[in-house]
Amino acid sequence: MSNEGRSYTLRIWRQKNRNTPGKLVDYKVTNISPGSSFLEMLDLLNEDLVAKGEEAIAFDNDCREGICGMCSLTINGIPHGPERRTTVCQLHMRKFEDGAVITIEPFRAKPFPIVKDLVVDRSAFDRIIQAGGFISVRTGGVPDANAIAIPKDVADVAMDAAACIGCGACVAACKNSSAMLFTSAKASQLNRLPQGQAEKDRRVLLMISQLDKEGFGSCTNYGECQAVCPKGITLDHIAKMHRDYAVASFKNVFGKVL
Amino acid sequence: MNLDSKIPSGAIGEKWVNHKFSTKLVNPANKRKYKVIVVGSGLAGASAAATLGELGYQVLCFCYQDSPRRAHSIAAQGGINAAKNYQNDGDSVYRLFYDTVKGGDFRSREANVHRLAEVSCNIIDQCVAQGVPFAREYGGLLDNRSFGGAQVSRTFYARGQTGQQLLLGAYSALERQIGLGTVKMYTRHEMLDLVVEDGRAVGIVTRNMVTGAVEPWAADAVLLCTGGYSNVFFLSTNATGCNVTAAYRAYKKGAGFANPCFTQIHPTCIPQHGDQQSKLTLMSESLRNDGRIWVPKSREDAAAIRAGKKSPNDIPEADRDYYLERKYPSFGNLAPRDISSRAAKEACDDKRGVANTGFGVYLDFKDAINRLGQPKIEERYGNLFEMYERITGVDAYKEPMQIYPAPHYTMGGLWVDYNLMTTIPGCFALGEANFSDHGANRLGASALMQGLADGYFVIPYTLGGYLAGLGLASAGKNSPESPAFKASLEYVKERTSKFLSIKGKRTPRSLHQELGHIMWEACGMAREASVLEKAIEAIPHLREEFWKNVTVTGSGEELNQQLEMAGRVADFLEFGELMCRDALARDESCGCHLRVEHQYPDGEAKRDDEKFAHVAVWEYKGDNVTPVRNTEPLTYENVHFAVRSYK
Ligand SMILES: Cc1cc2nc3c(=O)[nH]c(=O)nc-3n(C[C@H](O)[C@H](O)[C@H](O)COP(=O)(O)OP(=O)(O)OC[C@H]3O[C@@H](n4cnc5c(N)ncnc54)[C@H](O)[C@@H]3O)c2cc1C
Ligand code: FES
Repeated sequence: MSNEGRSYTLRIWRQKNRNTPGKLVDYKVTNISPGSSFLEMLDLLNEDLVAKGEEAIAFDNDCREGICGMCSLTINGIPHGPERRTTVCQLHMRKFEDGAVITIEPFRAKPFPIVKDLVVDRSAFDRIIQAGGFISVRTGGVPDANAIAIPKDVADVAMDAAACIGCGACVAACKNSSAMLFTSAKASQLNRLPQGQAEKDRRVLLMISQLDKEGFGSCTNYGECQAVCPKGITLDHIAKMHRDYAVASFKNVFGKVL
Repeated sequence: MNLDSKIPSGAIGEKWVNHKFSTKLVNPANKRKYKVIVVGSGLAGASAAATLGELGYQVLCFCYQDSPRRAHSIAAQGGINAAKNYQNDGDSVYRLFYDTVKGGDFRSREANVHRLAEVSCNIIDQCVAQGVPFAREYGGLLDNRSFGGAQVSRTFYARGQTGQQLLLGAYSALERQIGLGTVKMYTRHEMLDLVVEDGRAVGIVTRNMVTGAVEPWAADAVLLCTGGYSNVFFLSTNATGCNVTAAYRAYKKGAGFANPCFTQIHPTCIPQHGDQQSKLTLMSESLRNDGRIWVPKSREDAAAIRAGKKSPNDIPEADRDYYLERKYPSFGNLAPRDISSRAAKEACDDKRGVANTGFGVYLDFKDAINRLGQPKIEERYGNLFEMYERITGVDAYKEPMQIYPAPHYTMGGLWVDYNLMTTIPGCFALGEANFSDHGANRLGASALMQGLADGYFVIPYTLGGYLAGLGLASAGKNSPESPAFKASLEYVKERTSKFLSIKGKRTPRSLHQELGHIMWEACGMAREASVLEKAIEAIPHLREEFWKNVTVTGSGEELNQQLEMAGRVADFLEFGELMCRDALARDESCGCHLRVEHQYPDGEAKRDDEKFAHVAVWEYKGDNVTPVRNTEPLTYENVHFAVRSYK
């Protein structure tokens, strides 16, 4: 591994706010260590800009460990960039050749309006969870944790789905701006578990209705979402959600669900 | 300063039960008349906000991220403790209590710790009912693993993502309440002041991080669930935004700050790669269940490894020093964190460290892979191995991981009584933000437990007691128009304009980095009077440099991350000094706090129970005025003082 500093040309989306049009602006960075993360490189660029009295580039991030779902950059057209199953904050510069030109844009999707530069508003995801992404239990007064045995394979698949970090890369990658991968991951986790059965039908109906209200497009099985998902959430969960939705809608025709 | 801990009377196992019974209740129909502010949406804040909303209070919840789901609790990997004794290996509420008091090196409050152990079991029940997918055995029942500082397996986990799953459970309960209208959520809002009127907390002032609007919020009580302050070291395992601001504002308004120097340096983090580093990444302590920690026995081998002339796999067994197993045969690689971290530092100070900087030791899975097979190790820690490879480019199935200690968790925090109330009536602190239950050292998998205990099972009772005591006449009547609110608003606005007007030459980040360096040297793994004294002199100079020479670009009326950073760094620059003062005044060693002057010949921390079996509680007396150190004596009626031994 070479430890020499590398240089890059960064083509970054700058936009003052939601109502002002934005554009790509070129910046040069030099002396970047291959062991630095992508966001550390942006930190350094911001240090340079601020030292020159120019406004720093706004980008969301927090944990920098690939788990909070806050970082949200589209790099060379791919949400979270070129490395599979990796969030931007976990992407390291050793993956980019010295001298490369790198385009950095926000996660683009109509339901994710731009706040500033590379920062978008993903609050629609919270409202989808509000609609049905929970099991209605009160604090206290629940059975012993081992009262219901859950087969290991069921628990494991529920955990696969639950690994979603709510970053929104799936939406940004989809031509239709569909949020089915995100929504189905939560629905699939809860609908598989015995604890989630009571609200299974309501859950899918309410979550999907909220999806429509927020303006997310429908899923036409491109599969781009699965390709960019940093947590490896698979299309199976969408298939499960479609099945659960069909059953729930059928029951609902007879007025039994909502 | 009134430090009445309000510990209920009675035998240790009866205190909480009695207290719950004797605490006043708010009638269900009256709860909606009270407004409660919850700052923070991590495990402590989300569980508190959801539960209080469900009980019927009007709850306002704030966080600085764009969604409550992103609080830094999400990053906890290893697990959560509970005294379920599902393994039938001798665990009990009393043993968890005992381990926690001992692990904290006799600097925590017995009654609080016992309550924590009691409610630990309810937490697991609650999470399972919410759909948290904990790891299970083939029979379908819950699996456990063991963690540092315990000889039983009482840690519940969800792969290497336990914090994420627990937080998403609490988040979904919170979102449900938001949907039902009992909780109003304000994301991208940063609390910048606590408002105190007639000696009581009556609300907060926030800055809307998108529009820049500075706004007042009135309530009958304020709950600070704002997490820890490890970022005072600049490099830590905390998230970029983690800060001391909320707690420090409360301190400046009269809340006592307890044991600020008690910071946990976690033994298993990925070593620093260089100057461009912005944060350090933790490798879960659970890895110590199967990984063995070692450095070469000889300095020559270590030097050859650092120079890239040898690889760890070239070092034969006989030339490896498995120093934890050697020094602590009964706990081995699972020795508590403070002890493990110091042992790593000792090995590296002895020039036997690896990593290109010399500050690294090995965590080796070769034996576990030979014993259990790679698939089993993948199942247990797959995501951690992947993360390690992403960051370092090294495949840890083939070559041992390199690790080094890093600041991680802060046992210190706002002083609270048994009801979790700070010294300001009406202002409560929950989760990592309070000083509470871990004494001078927290055991692994106990922070998640404490956050959820505080939020789900303690505050719903104790807050009711406070509100019932206020009476109904004043419920919901605090006005955001009052002079106290006006003064706070003015203060926050002035401070913001000040940051923007200095237009100097230093970036907030560079000043933070400099502070971090001072803190790591003076108040890190080993502390010494002369070094602390120098830091106490140096920090005010750095603070002065900040206020003269910082530069913050952009304006206050928009999203401005540089401005946010400047505010946090300004508070760290004051708080760092307080930490050093606390470390200097505590002229003993205990748990995480190793004063070089006080150690046994083998390097163990030498406590001074005569002089220091107390909580140090700092009282603000004005800017650039030396704060006053008060004490709350600690008494141990159940677990008797002993030298911690993990040999
Ligand atoms: C990498 C890592 C791994 C860990 N692993 C474990 C583990 O395996 N087991 C274990 O028990 N513990 C673990 N811990 C410790 C544990 O995760 C934390 O102590 C705990 O989650 C803290 O929860 P909290 O609710 O107190 O704070 P946090 O989860 O940090 O939440 C703080 C909240 O406060 C808000 N906030 C902060 N400041 C402000 C402000 N000024 N204005 C508005 N909002 C504000 C934030 O937005 C956030 O919502 C780990 C910690 C780290 C860093
Ligand atoms: S910053 Fe948290 S996932 Fe990237």
